Parts: sequence; structure tokens; C-alpha cells
Amino acid sequence: MSREDSYSIPLGPQHPALIEPEYLKVHLDGETIVDVDINIGFMHRGIEKALQQRTYMHDRFLIEKICGICSSIHTLSYCGAVEKLAEVDIPERAKYIRMIIAELERLHSHLLWVGIAGYEIGFDTVFQLAWRDREIVMNILEKISGNRVSYSMNTIGGVRRDISKSKAEELHKAIDKIDARIYHYIDVFTKDSTIIKRTRGTGILTEKDAKKYSIVGPTARGSGIFCDIRKDDTYLKYSTIDFNEITHKTLDIESRAVVRLKELLESTKIIRQCLNMMPKGNLSVKVPDIIPEGETIFHAEAPRGEILYYVRSDGTDKPYRVKIRTPTLANILSLKPMLKNQQLADMPIIVASIDPCFSCTDRVTLLDTKTGRTKTVDETYLKSLKRQ
Amino acid sequence: MLKSQLFRLKAKVLNHARIKSPWIMHFDATSCNGCGIEIIACLTPKYDIERFGMVEKGNPRHSDILLVTGAVSHKTKDRLRLIYDQMPEPKVVIVIGVCGISKGIYQGCYNIIGPIDKVIPVDIYVPGCPPRPQAIIDGIVKGLDLWKDKLKEEDKRKEEYML
Repeated sequence: MSREDSYSIPLGPQHPALIEPEYLKVHLDGETIVDVDINIGFMHRGIEKALQQRTYMHDRFLIEKICGICSSIHTLSYCGAVEKLAEVDIPERAKYIRMIIAELERLHSHLLWVGIAGYEIGFDTVFQLAWRDREIVMNILEKISGNRVSYSMNTIGGVRRDISKSKAEELHKAIDKIDARIYHYIDVFTKDSTIIKRTRGTGILTEKDAKKYSIVGPTARGSGIFCDIRKDDTYLKYSTIDFNEITHKTLDIESRAVVRLKELLESTKIIRQCLNMMPKGNLSVKVPDIIPEGETIFHAEAPRGEILYYVRSDGTDKPYRVKIRTPTLANILSLKPMLKNQQLADMPIIVASIDPCFSCTDRVTLLDTKTGRTKTVDETYLKSLKRQ
Repeated sequence: MLKSQLFRLKAKVLNHARIKSPWIMHFDATSCNGCGIEIIACLTPKYDIERFGMVEKGNPRHSDILLVTGAVSHKTKDRLRLIYDQMPEPKVVIVIGVCGISKGIYQGCYNIIGPIDKVIPVDIYVPGCPPRPQAIIDGIVKGLDLWKDKLKEEDKRKEEYML
């Protein structure tokens, strides 16, 4: 059946499955999905432009508000890029604290995903339990940083708060508690028949497709591809730490769930090692307000995949350009091959299986509806539009 | 006379039931979704908003309380207006987070039109970036009292119309 003959229904932008708005137009033949049009951009705020109008230090606070779920990895990458430009080496203790916060963030983000996945397949008990366990992580993050969502830990030149001895002990205890729960969830996701019926064999993403669409993060690792920036191009102190890169080769939603859950165990392993290896010393060094001329990139492994920051300085206290590439922008393309020939009822869990985060993703592209071509525009073109 | 007494009794029973089970809906009008995850956290066992009889619903036609997070962008403006119009009277709108109150940190971003009250009328503001779940629950419970008054007003209007 061709696209023109099919029946199409809109999904979104306001819908119960995800907290963020996005719009998907689904073309159906009966209950089977023939094709899907993805329309993103509801969350576009114009942050990249706003970053150019503020100083480097002010930018750090705005960058934290790009995404509430992965706020720490955004600031980690941005501060890393600016420090690279300024040729500053941050203290060892700060590096370990940055890693601990990044891994704690991965813990809370993946536990959040486990809950959402349970919610999407109508298994509300998993949702409630996973979010209850997530509160353990949120509590410890609040104790360390004072905030539940935006931690404000990373700053240009180091970190802002220390992890004291008593807090480290509490962290150890919290991680032990979470470890036990993660084993339970791995059991649930691989043995419970209700979940297996919804997840096994649905939303297949082959290794070839994943490579074709340049998929990153747990979605790619769920298709058996090794891609983890922590291993491939190590940053901070990940090279000194012993952890495994998790992949799973069943290619379906179950595969992605298992990858995320097993990654949590690796995260707790990393936090334990960091706490033991953390040396004493300063938390931050002073970085001058004016950053020398130059350009650089910094990429890191966010909970959802590779995050890339490009920063260009023209020798003033404001960046000339900051370009951000977030993992969901890469992963959202994989929805097309995943959704084709699937049942409509499976759609929410398939969309959720890439763990989409639209507030990171939305960018401006111009689309000519007559020819279907996209184009980039220059300043004079925009000015000519204004006159009309 | 009997007619109005019957009406009042019916309204009393109905209002009693409605106040015990308000349905809430969340719409994200361009935020960083930090407030969004805090609202979801309110539904979970630690904060448990369901003790006030609240359930999160996806359909505006079924919901009584609208929670809006974030500032309004060009693309979400019409949607927000549409969702507000679709909700049945009486309704309460609660803005969660500082971006919806005064644009917050997105001051000066070119795609942000303005705070929520530029597009739809707002009853209660919950400040914070993001507000803690306790603050959100406090805001919603205050909204409940407001909703109670609105229900009574609505009944009065209906009664006048009927007689």
C-alpha cells in the first residue's frame, strides 16, 4: 500500500506519553504503520544565538537550562571546551567530582527511562517502582549539590562544591541500595512475560540501519555497535577506570532496555572507583574572562549518546559561536526504520525506546513545502524577509 | 421553588464529588523539561499527588486543572490557546517554573514570545527553577480551593439562567 492511499492520524504535540511536545504524523494501513512523518521544533528557543550575546560565565547557566534531565553533561562539555581554548588544566579532584556527578546523572536518567518504558506498555507498577528508586539518586544529588534538577556543579575551571567524607559514605550506601534494585529490574525486563510480549521482537533496528543513520548511545549499543565516547575518545579520568562497554545483539526494545540497565551497574562501578581514587586538593582554578582566539570541539557520553560542543572564540569575553549537537538529533532518524510495519499500539514504546529528549534537539531548518527541499539562509535573505 | 432546591442539592452532591477527584493535565510550552520531570515526580510514591484524587490525563476535554511549564514560543502559542479552549468550564491554570512567569533565563531568546499569561489567563504561579515537588503540590492544592469557588460561581450562574 502506498503512502497516498493510507489513512493518516496525527500524534501530538500534546500527548500523555511524553512530557515534551512533538508531532508525529502516522500513515496507517489498518493497524500497521506504513510511514511516519516526524515534525519537531516545538521546543526551539534560540539558545545558540542567545549564547553569543552573553559572556562565557553567563553562558554556563543558560547551557544548564538546555535540558533539565542531562544538565550536568551539557555544562561538563561546555566547560571542557572552554578550558581547552583557554589551555587550563583543572585540578584532579575536580575531574573526579565531575565524573561522579555525570554518572549519578546517568543513573537518574536511565531509571527515569525504565519508569517511562513501564508506563508506555501499560505496566504502571514498574513506573511507580522505578521512580521511587530514582528518588534515592535525587536525594543524594540534592545532598551534594543542593539542587534536585539543575546541579550547577561544573564551572569553567573546576567544580563549585566538594564531596566531603560524610557525603562520600552516604553515596556509597545509596549506590549499594540501587545496585540491588537494578538486578531486580534486569530480572523483570528479561523474565516477566507481560513485558517480554511487548518488547521482544518489536522496534527492530538492524546494525546496518543503525550505521546508515549514524545512531549513537544506548540505541546503537542495543543494535550491537560499539560506540562509547568514554572508551573511544576518553575525557577526564575515564582511561584510569575499569568498566565495560555494554552491547546487546537482539536489536529490539528489550535489547535497548537491557543495555541501559546493565550500564547502570557499570555507572555504580565507576562511582565507587572514583570515590576511592579521588585525591585531596583544590576544587577549581581561576580562568581569565577573556578567552584567547581559536576554535575547538569537545564530545562526551551523555545518558542518551554522544554530545558534541563546538566553541569558537574571537578573543573577547563572549563566544563567537557555540554549536551543540545532541544525541536525540541523531537518534530520532532511527524512528523511521523502527516504526515501519509495526502495530500502531506499539508506537509509544518504540518512540520512547530511543529515550527522546526534544528540548535538546530542536533546531531551525527551512523547508520549502512545494519542492520538499531544505536550505540554509544568510543574513541578507533574512533581512529581505523582514521588509515584506 | 422546589425546582431550585432540587438544583442546589444536585449541584452540592456533584461538586462534592468533583472536588475529590480533579484531573490534571500537563502541557510543556518550551521549557527545559526540568519542571516536567518534577511534575511527574509528584505522581510517584514519595510525593503521591493521588491522595488528593488527582490523575494525570492526556485529554484536555477530560481535565480540570492545566499545569503549564516554560515560556511560550511561536510554535506552541496556538496549541496552548487551543488546549485552553478545549477544557471544560470551570478550569484552573497553574504556571510551574519561573520561565512561564517572566521568561526566566530565556530572556532575550528570539523564539520566545513571552510568559504564559500573555496567551491564556493564569490563576496561580509557582516560582522556582524548577520548583520542588512540595511547592508544586502546594500550588495545586491552592488551585483546588480556587476551583471550588469557581464551581460555586458557575452553579449560581446556571441557577439564575434556569429560573
